[in-house]
Amino acid sequence: MSGKYQKVAYYPGCALEGSGHAYNRSTKAVGKKLGLDLVELKNWNCCGAMEVKNIDPKIQTYLSARNLSIAEDMGFDTVMAPCNGCYHNLKKAEYDLENDEASREVNSRLSGKAGHNTYESGKVETIHALDWIKHSVGEEGIKDRVKNSLKGLKVANYYGCMYTRPRHIFPEKDKGPGSESTSKPHFMDELLAAAGAENVDYPLKTACCGGAHALSDSDTSTKLVLNLLTTAEACGADVIATECPTCHTGLEMHQIRAEKVLGRKTSVKILYFTQLLGMAMGLSPKAVGVHENFSDSMSLIKEKKLA
Amino acid sequence: MPIHEKSLIRPENLVEHDELVIDGVDVSGHWSTFIETRAISDYNEDLQDEIGALGGGENIHRCWQCGSCTNACTVNAINPDFNPRYWIYLIRLGMESELVRDKDIIWQCVSCNKCTYACPRDVNPEGVMKATAHWLEMKGHTEKKPSMIFDEAFSEQVFDTGKIEDGLVLRQFFQRTGQPLTQPWLVTLVTGLIKRFPVFYLMRLGLATVFRPRTKGWSRAKAAINEYVEEVEAANRKALKLDAKGAE
Ligand code: SF4
Ligand code: SF4
Ligand code: SF4
Ligand code: SF4
Repeated sequence: MSGKYQKVAYYPGCALEGSGHAYNRSTKAVGKKLGLDLVELKNWNCCGAMEVKNIDPKIQTYLSARNLSIAEDMGFDTVMAPCNGCYHNLKKAEYDLENDEASREVNSRLSGKAGHNTYESGKVETIHALDWIKHSVGEEGIKDRVKNSLKGLKVANYYGCMYTRPRHIFPEKDKGPGSESTSKPHFMDELLAAAGAENVDYPLKTACCGGAHALSDSDTSTKLVLNLLTTAEACGADVIATECPTCHTGLEMHQIRAEKVLGRKTSVKILYFTQLLGMAMGLSPKAVGVHENFSDSMSLIKEKKLA
Repeated sequence: MPIHEKSLIRPENLVEHDELVIDGVDVSGHWSTFIETRAISDYNEDLQDEIGALGGGENIHRCWQCGSCTNACTVNAINPDFNPRYWIYLIRLGMESELVRDKDIIWQCVSCNKCTYACPRDVNPEGVMKATAHWLEMKGHTEKKPSMIFDEAFSEQVFDTGKIEDGLVLRQFFQRTGQPLTQPWLVTLVTGLIKRFPVFYLMRLGLATVFRPRTKGWSRAKAAINEYVEEVEAANRKALKLDAKGAE
């Protein structure tokens, strides 16, 4: 497992510069602790999230292709994106540029006019933060560095939609032992277990939080999130571990909204998996941005002696 | 009864006689319920082509009505009237007036792609939902839905600067949809954060409005994208046989 991905291009994306800053901070801190190098893409642009494709899908493909061309120019063959949205869109662009002539045409036209290299499929591999840690240091690497074991911490691992769906844009998944599964993803479970966590059997790992309409149809989102939260509690989880800023903020926002609007209070905590790994390796809550989360998890962190 | 025939038993299509005796048998009230004869003559034969011409709708013709999309659908689980398979059926048949009855819920697709994951025919039902929502708005069947307002506010920022600032997207969205920023749950969300980290957050809120994040050297990409968007819009309007922009 070791050896791969020691130095990769880093695409944080807009959410990690705004509401998801805690994920940015904790990803970098964990990378540093593990001796992994992240080099941020120069002058990257937004991937278009789940919105631009509704104006036109080919523009969204171009937006990601531009980022991939930057990685190529910087001499990288791997780009790591911690945000599910960014990760998904880079993968989707890779797939479309490989398989769809019209997407290739629009990309080369827009790239030409914008004055940069036209990205061609196959040149840069896109990975998620989970792939990055899993394949660089792996469980063994985590185990070796654990200072505050997560022992006794019950975790529901939540992967959301964009990490696994649709299957065809993730050709490396569902390839048997060692590969990630699109129906029952497990990379985050394995990394957190290596840090001592007790994973609960959470049936909604890849359910949707309604993130695309978090604001435009907030009643639907609140219902979907409330279901995720109450199910995690019913499974006995103390905390939901997340690996995407949109999912994370969605859960936090609608946990509050469910309480204020529907009068349904839930007390399960929400933390990025990188925050949990970082604290397990001895980083302070502040170093992994716990104070930057919208929801307050300090009581649990103190109770489990992670601070 | 197959779902596409449910229109037959809508209350307005059912007839009952309060007092009716046939061959000496009293069949008054619901005993005499029957379905009005119906002949459908208002097919829009181009409906599938129109939706297929919009981004995301390209593969609609491949559907073989297996129902896997609806079975997997996130929104269907909370609202049984949200039914991608049914709408695809109506579109392929050209039953425009039936489709339009659901104009206020089709936009609620949350893009979870469970349907696309499940579809054995590579239809991309998620894309079809977006194309259909777009079609309803372009044809004037419905006003701009909140999701489209959000998509536009978001995309405008990306096209303009190469990046988005989530606080600004949020403020613009609430402004354009006429909602106050002082909704109690939003206030709780923000004050919770401010309590723990006041200076940084306030600074970010304030500074981001003055110095919006932007991608360096973006202006040529911006021009290229905007030019392309105009072409796509013109092509879409042409496919839907609408007048040039603005005429409506
Ligand atoms: S998915 Fe989110 S974070 Fe990623 S670049 Fe797009 S908008 Fe920005
Ligand atoms: S779970 Fe929510 S935020 Fe995450 S990918 Fe799905 S819709 Fe998006
Ligand atoms: S899953 Fe695909 S083929 Fe089956 S009904 Fe839905 S769109 Fe049609
Ligand atoms: S993407 Fe839309 S239509 Fe498809 S399953 Fe999700 S909510 Fe339903």
